Amino acid sequence: MALASVLQSESVDFSNYGRQRRGFASGLYETELGLESVGGDSLSFALRTSCSNGDGPDRKIEFLHGTTTLAFKFQHGVIVAVDSRATAGSYIASQTVKKVIEINPYLLGTMAGGAADCSFWERLLARQCRVYELRNKERISVAAASKLLANMVYQYKGMGLSMGTMVCGWDKTGPGLYYVDSEGNRVCGDLFAVGSGSMYAYGIVDSGLKQKDLTVEEACDLGRRAIYQATYRDAYSGGQVNLYHVHSEGWTRVSQSDVLMLHQQYQSEKA
Amino acid sequence: MSYDRAITVFSPDGHLFQVEYAQEAVKKGSTAVGVRGKNVVVLGVEKKTVAKLQDDRTVRKICALDDNVFMAFAGLTADARIVVNRARVECQSHRLTVEDPVTVEYITRFISSIKQRYTQSNGRRPFGISSLIVGFDFDGTPHLYQTDPSGTYHAWKANAIGRSAKTVREFLEKNYKEEHMESDTDVIKLAVRALLEVVQSGGKNIELAIMKRDESMKILVQEEIEEYVTAIEKEKEDAEKQKKKT
Repeated sequence: MALASVLQSESVDFSNYGRQRRGFASGLYETELGLESVGGDSLSFALRTSCSNGDGPDRKIEFLHGTTTLAFKFQHGVIVAVDSRATAGSYIASQTVKKVIEINPYLLGTMAGGAADCSFWERLLARQCRVYELRNKERISVAAASKLLANMVYQYKGMGLSMGTMVCGWDKTGPGLYYVDSEGNRVCGDLFAVGSGSMYAYGIVDSGLKQKDLTVEEACDLGRRAIYQATYRDAYSGGQVNLYHVHSEGWTRVSQSDVLMLHQQYQSEKA
Repeated sequence: MSYDRAITVFSPDGHLFQVEYAQEAVKKGSTAVGVRGKNVVVLGVEKKTVAKLQDDRTVRKICALDDNVFMAFAGLTADARIVVNRARVECQSHRLTVEDPVTVEYITRFISSIKQRYTQSNGRRPFGISSLIVGFDFDGTPHLYQTDPSGTYHAWKANAIGRSAKTVREFLEKNYKEEHMESDTDVIKLAVRALLEVVQSGGKNIELAIMKRDESMKILVQEEIEEYVTAIEKEKEDAEKQKKKT
């Protein structure tokens, strides 16, 4: 498979499932290599990190499950807002991660879960979208792009991919927003928030979206506020709020605001 | 006989004889004509006289590929069956992966790619059919495409394939009028008139299918065809009377 050949790393094992099924045979294999089995029947080489919960297959370091990404449709398109913190357990690995992937000038994808998984598959999606465009002389629809991504990762279902992404864009049927993940879910919707801080973000957006017709300014403020609130309460989200607006001409990078600046701004507004 | 050698190979002067022979096979098939109007697309085929004991319904030369596309062919019926089947499956696959119905151009391109592949494969011969593919795209634009055994395709306003295709095409070139394409009846009448040029014994040997925008394909019953034929014959008589007067 494409993924296996690209990664070619011997120190990577995606799952325990195969090993357990093979029973005795794999036990012999292990001793030949001079490796001790870890904890009973677990024969994987997977890195044990402090963030693994001990349930299910041992996971590699997962940077971005701790995150907040959100996207919502409104009258003038789609607002996409994300934080920029990457954590490995309680260590903050980076405060400046780009969690929005620019698939092409009118399609955006957000990143939650494994950073490598998200960026790899979304780059592959960009390639597929471009080929579609050349063959059919018209832009690919958001529905089709999200379907291509979902079908690609479905083939690797159960092998440890971790990806929760929102495909956002504008096509001839108007604004499009789909949530696609590595479990094979693909859902169309008007509002999604993904990550550990999603609940806090939902609170803000759900109350702010009451009024039916938001202006672009108001919608951007809402998105920014929602991510800020999530970073305020969720330890695994923080850094900066990156805000994008998808409209009929494509996407625009609206702003990048440091969360601490936003905090001071909102505090002074309260006073 | 070694079956792993390609059957379609170049001749010294650059011809693919198998493809050209396939085109000859097409010329032996019964005529099919297609006309693209503004709001309706029409396909008509020459129906060979059915034997007395044969069930008329099983001899269909116009096939629906999806709700918005249908096609007619000229040439080897068995070959056509395979192509039509593949096209039908592809229409559904496209709906599944892209969540949109195919455009006429897409499915034509798909059919042409299949045909071309068979001109460049081991031990296979080209398909012996030309097809006329008509329909409406998702955005409502009508299209008419013609494919041939070599795998090329072109868009047409009106075209004919099969036996006497040349005569019919000349007739269409003379009588196709852009203004008439607005009216559905005129488009259908043009197709019927074109077929009547080459078909013996009139309306009985014509099979006609039309598709209006946002509607599915409709195969006209014998009576409806007869209506058009009588209307056309009346117009011809009137025209002759006019000529005699002046």
